[in-house]
Amino acid sequence: MAFRTPLGKARGLGSAKSGTEHWWLQRLTAIALIPLSLWFVAFLVTLPEFSYPLMVVWIARPWNAILLLAYLWAALYHGILGLQVVVEDYVHHAGIKLASLVLLRLLFALLAVAGLWAVIRLVALV
Amino acid sequence: MVQLRLPPNSRVMPGKEVSSVSDAEKILTVRVYRWHPDAGENPRLDTFQLDRGQCGAMVLDALIQIKNTLDTTLAFRRSCREGVCGSCAMNINGRNTLACTKAIDDYGDTLTIYPLPHQQVVKDLVTDMTHFYAQYAAIEPWLQTVTPAPADRERLQSEEERGRLDGLYDCILCACCSTACPSYWWNSDKYLGPAVLLQAHRWIADSRDEMTGERLDDLEDPFKLYRCHTIMNCTDTCPKGLNPAKSIAEIKKLLLERKG
Repeated sequence: MAFRTPLGKARGLGSAKSGTEHWWLQRLTAIALIPLSLWFVAFLVTLPEFSYPLMVVWIARPWNAILLLAYLWAALYHGILGLQVVVEDYVHHAGIKLASLVLLRLLFALLAVAGLWAVIRLVALV
Repeated sequence: MVQLRLPPNSRVMPGKEVSSVSDAEKILTVRVYRWHPDAGENPRLDTFQLDRGQCGAMVLDALIQIKNTLDTTLAFRRSCREGVCGSCAMNINGRNTLACTKAIDDYGDTLTIYPLPHQQVVKDLVTDMTHFYAQYAAIEPWLQTVTPAPADRERLQSEEERGRLDGLYDCILCACCSTACPSYWWNSDKYLGPAVLLQAHRWIADSRDEMTGERLDDLEDPFKLYRCHTIMNCTDTCPKGLNPAKSIAEIKKLLLERKG
């Protein structure tokens, strides 16, 4: 039994005074992903063959490395922002929600670091 | 977690069939969601058959005809019967709308009527609007200023400034849009929903109001405002032809604008 007034419930914890940044970055990364995805597809299509030595040489080219890093960054950033919203929308158990958000953040940070390391290593190889 | 199935005691069972028509007449079949809070039974879907010729033009007329002639225990809200009070909002053939402004002939010979989706049912088609109204109260829907009112005249507004309220002041708070919004279904405890956000925009857009910044402060929240994922069910279903999704987009634009 709870005697909270309806207005008290509706006002809740008040405004977080944030959310615009999240919303805006989701749109910015989406816009960035349009040319970057097209470039990535073009990159794959124009490869003469799928072999390891050739891939290393191609990725190590300055603009390819830069754009691949930008693509990874934009995709992972966009992905974590989106998945965060999905969890907040559908997971209503406070503990599971917090655990999912923490795990997702760490997983995406790990993926970003792994991607960065992989590209740098390929560049260093050449 | 989100529930994909209704809990066992909320599942809708087949109900009774009541008819007052003979073979020769043009028959209107109305299937209505019924639930009685004291009966301890599951909700059921009753089927009523009416003589189309005996019944008025609108869906609300059919409900009144049922209540008058077939089953006096049927509960629904209605008042103005002309789309300005918002009482008779309900789900007719799968879409939230006002029973009083929808013609039976637009639907054919069968009507299936449920209460507004994802609201607590009080009885039959009557739902509990307490939280919805409390959310409306929470946005402080009245003119707020620091400047005292002029002593000798009204607070003036140009025609253009007044024009910015068109499509906003017309909202009758029937809750068709909010209860059609999946985001509102899952998170209505915190998400304000399209109707209340349109009303919030009505005061933000008012040239006479001086609390725009405070109003935007109160809305800038991942849940209160940003649960809107532009699904657009609100605009699609609004029986007054308004555009709550646009209001929400305008609020987001203003929040972005003041960030610089």
